Amino acid sequence: MAAPTKTPVGTAPEVQQLTIGKSLNIGLRAAMEADPKVIILGEDVGKLGGVFRITDGLQKDFGEQRVLDTPLAESGIIGTAIGLAIRGYRPVCEIQFDGFVFPGFDQIVSQLAKLHYRSQGKVRMPVVVRIPFGGGIGAVEHHSESPESLFAHVAGLKVVSCSNPVDAYWMIQQAIACDDPVLFFEPKRLYHQKKAPVDTTATPDPLFASRVVRPGTAATLVAYGPSLGVCLDAATAADEDGTSLEVIDLRTLSPLDLEPVFESVRRTGHLVVVSEAPSEASLTSEIAARVQQECFYSLEAPVLRVTGFDTPYPPAKLEEGYLPDLDRILHAVDRSLAW
Amino acid sequence: MPSVDHRPQPPPGGTPVGAPTTNAGRPSAQQVIAGLRATSEGGEDLVQLLTPEGERVHHPQFDFDVDAELLRGLYRDMVLVRRFDREANALQRQGQLGIWVPLLGQEAAQVGAGRALRPQDMAFPSYREHGVAWCRGVEMTDLFGIFRGTDHGSWDPRSTGFHLYTIVIGNQCLNAAGYAMGQRFDGKVGDADGEATMVFFGDGATSQGDVHEAMVWGAVYDAPLVFYCQNNQWAISESVERQSRVPLYQRARGYGFPGIRVDGNDVLACLAVSNWALDECRSGNGPVLIEAFTYRMDAHTTTDDPTRYRLTDELEAWKLKDPIERVRVHLIREGGADQAFFDEVQAESDRFAGEVREFCFNMPDPPPERTFANVYAEPSPAVDAQRDEHLAYLAGFDGDEHAGADAWRKH
Repeated sequence: MAAPTKTPVGTAPEVQQLTIGKSLNIGLRAAMEADPKVIILGEDVGKLGGVFRITDGLQKDFGEQRVLDTPLAESGIIGTAIGLAIRGYRPVCEIQFDGFVFPGFDQIVSQLAKLHYRSQGKVRMPVVVRIPFGGGIGAVEHHSESPESLFAHVAGLKVVSCSNPVDAYWMIQQAIACDDPVLFFEPKRLYHQKKAPVDTTATPDPLFASRVVRPGTAATLVAYGPSLGVCLDAATAADEDGTSLEVIDLRTLSPLDLEPVFESVRRTGHLVVVSEAPSEASLTSEIAARVQQECFYSLEAPVLRVTGFDTPYPPAKLEEGYLPDLDRILHAVDRSLAW
Repeated sequence: MPSVDHRPQPPPGGTPVGAPTTNAGRPSAQQVIAGLRATSEGGEDLVQLLTPEGERVHHPQFDFDVDAELLRGLYRDMVLVRRFDREANALQRQGQLGIWVPLLGQEAAQVGAGRALRPQDMAFPSYREHGVAWCRGVEMTDLFGIFRGTDHGSWDPRSTGFHLYTIVIGNQCLNAAGYAMGQRFDGKVGDADGEATMVFFGDGATSQGDVHEAMVWGAVYDAPLVFYCQNNQWAISESVERQSRVPLYQRARGYGFPGIRVDGNDVLACLAVSNWALDECRSGNGPVLIEAFTYRMDAHTTTDDPTRYRLTDELEAWKLKDPIERVRVHLIREGGADQAFFDEVQAESDRFAGEVREFCFNMPDPPPERTFANVYAEPSPAVDAQRDEHLAYLAGFDGDEHAGADAWRKH
C-alpha cells in the first residue's frame, strides 16, 4: 500500500487548528476511509472513543466490525491483530497506557516482529500498535512509562513517536500504510494541549526520517515525543543568553535516522540527548554510541544525556524531578560547552 | 458430567507429604498408579467409533457411514506419517537434524483432524503437527529446515492453509482466533460451504494465558474456530494433572461453547468429531473445543529422556491402543483390504523414507546473507548495511584465512 500524499477529509477545511489528539483522530479516520481493511482494536475505543478520546466517533461512523471494543487482554489484542493481518487486514491496536503493553509483549516480540522473517517474506505484518506514553499527568503507577527502547531493541519492529499535531496527522496514516509492524508512541500529556495549523493537503515528510526543527550553532539537542517541546523551550531560553542550540526531532526510533544528527554534531561538536526513559541500555545510549563512532573527531565533549532515572517511574509527587526539564537540559548544555 | 477424576490423589496410608524416600527423583508408586489411571481411561464421555481391538462401535451423535476406501486412505496416511516421523527421528540420531519433535502415537489425532479440514480452511499448528502438515499438502521435507537449522519455516502458509510452526507455547491460539474473526468479518461464515479455522495445541498449552484469551475472544466474537487440543498426557515431564483439576474438554463450558473429548487414537472418531466441529463453525456456531485424548509414545523431543519421569508400564498400556494397528485389524477383519494393499503401503512408505532421507542429506547450508533477509517487508538500509559489511568481512578470508581479520582492522 502506497503511503498517502494527499488525503481528502470530507468537507473539512484544508488547514485546521488541531491538537495532537484531534490530529490523530482525523488521521485515523482518513486511513479508515482510504482502506476498508483498516480496523481498530482496543479497550474502550468504541462507544467511549478511548480513554483519551483518540478514536472518538469512529465506531459510530465505521461500525462495530471496524472499531472493536475488545475484551480486556493485551496479548489478545496483539495476538488477534496478527491473525487478522494474516487474513489481509491492517489492524491498528490501541494499548490504553504504556505500562499495560507488557501482557502483549510476548506476542509483539515472538510473533509480530518475527513472522515476516520466519516466513521468508511470505507473511506481512502491517500492524500498528498505538501506545500513549510518558509522564507528567499526575497518574498512578503504570500510567507514565516510556518503554520505547524495549521495542527499538527488537529486530522486525519499527518504532516512531510524534511530537506535534502535524506529524500526528501524517505519521499515523503513514504507519498504517507501512507493510511492517509499527509501534506508534504518542505523547499523552500533549494530546489536548496547544493547537497547530494542520494542512491536510500538504506533502508530508517521510515517516522514517528525523528532522532539524530549530537550527543552531553552539550545541545540538536531540529528543522525540514529549521531550521535544521541552528542548525547544530550552533552546529559546538559551538563545536569550546568547547560546544558539540546534534541536532535532528524531521522529523515528527504529530505524534511527541519525544522518541529520551526525551532520549537526560535526558542526556544533556538542550533543545532549534528551528522553524521559531511563538511560541505561536505552535509545539514548544507542545514539551516544553511534555518534561517537561517526563523529569521533568532531566531538568537543562527550555525548551527555538528560533522561529519566534508572528507577521505576516514581509516585506522581516526585515526577517533576524525574522528568527532564528546561533547567536540567540547560545544565547539561553548560557542562558540555565548558568541557 | 461423569468423567475420570483428575484431581490430585491424597497419598494413601498417611505417608507425610515430602517424607524422604530412597528413590529420590523417581515417581512414587502412588504417582504411577494415578498416572496410569488418568492416562488409560478417557472417561464415559470419550467419543469412540473404533475400539483398540479394531471393532466398530456406534455413537448416537457422531456415527457415520465408513467405507473401506476411506479407511484404507486413513490407514495409508497414518503409516506414511509415522514412517516419516521415524525416519526424521533417525536422521536426528545420525546428526542430520539438530533436533526432532516426534509425533509417534498421535497419528490418528492429527490425520483425523487434518482430513476434516477443507481447502478453504486454515490450520494453525504448534510444532508437532507433522500429520496435519501431511494432510494439508505441505511438502514433508519442507519441515526439515526448522529442525536442521537452515530456516525457521519455508512453506507458504496461504497456499497450503497451514500456518508456520509456532514454538512459543500457545501463541498461535490467539493468532488463529484473529484469523477466524477475519473469516467472519469477511462474510465467509454462515452456510455449509463456509470457512473455518482449526488451531492445534497440547495439554501443557492449556495453562497458557494466550489459550485462555483465545477462548474468550473466539467466544465473544463467535469465531469459526475449532480449538483442537491434543492431550498427549505429558508436557515434557509434567503430567496433565499439573495443568488442570478438571478434564480439559470441560473447560469449554466456562467459555460458553461445546467441549468434546474424543479418543485421539481413533482416527474415525477424530475425523467425525472434527467434521462436526468444523461444520458447526462454518455455519456460525463456533467455537468448539475438541480434546483428543491420546499419548505421546516417544520423547518430547530427541533431547528428552522420558525414563526420568514415567514408567514403561504406561507406554506398554498405550501400545495396546495403537492408532494404526486398530485400523489394520479392522480392515483385515472386515475384508476391507487384502495383503496386497498392506504390502503396497509398506513399499510406498519405504520409498518415501528413502526420498526424505536423500533430501535431508543433500540440503545445502543457507548462504550467510539469509541472516539478513526479510527482517522487514520494506527496504531496510540499516540491515542491508550490516549485511554488506559482514559479507565484505567474510570475503576478506577468500584465499587467506588471516586476510579478513586484517581487512577488519584497516576498517
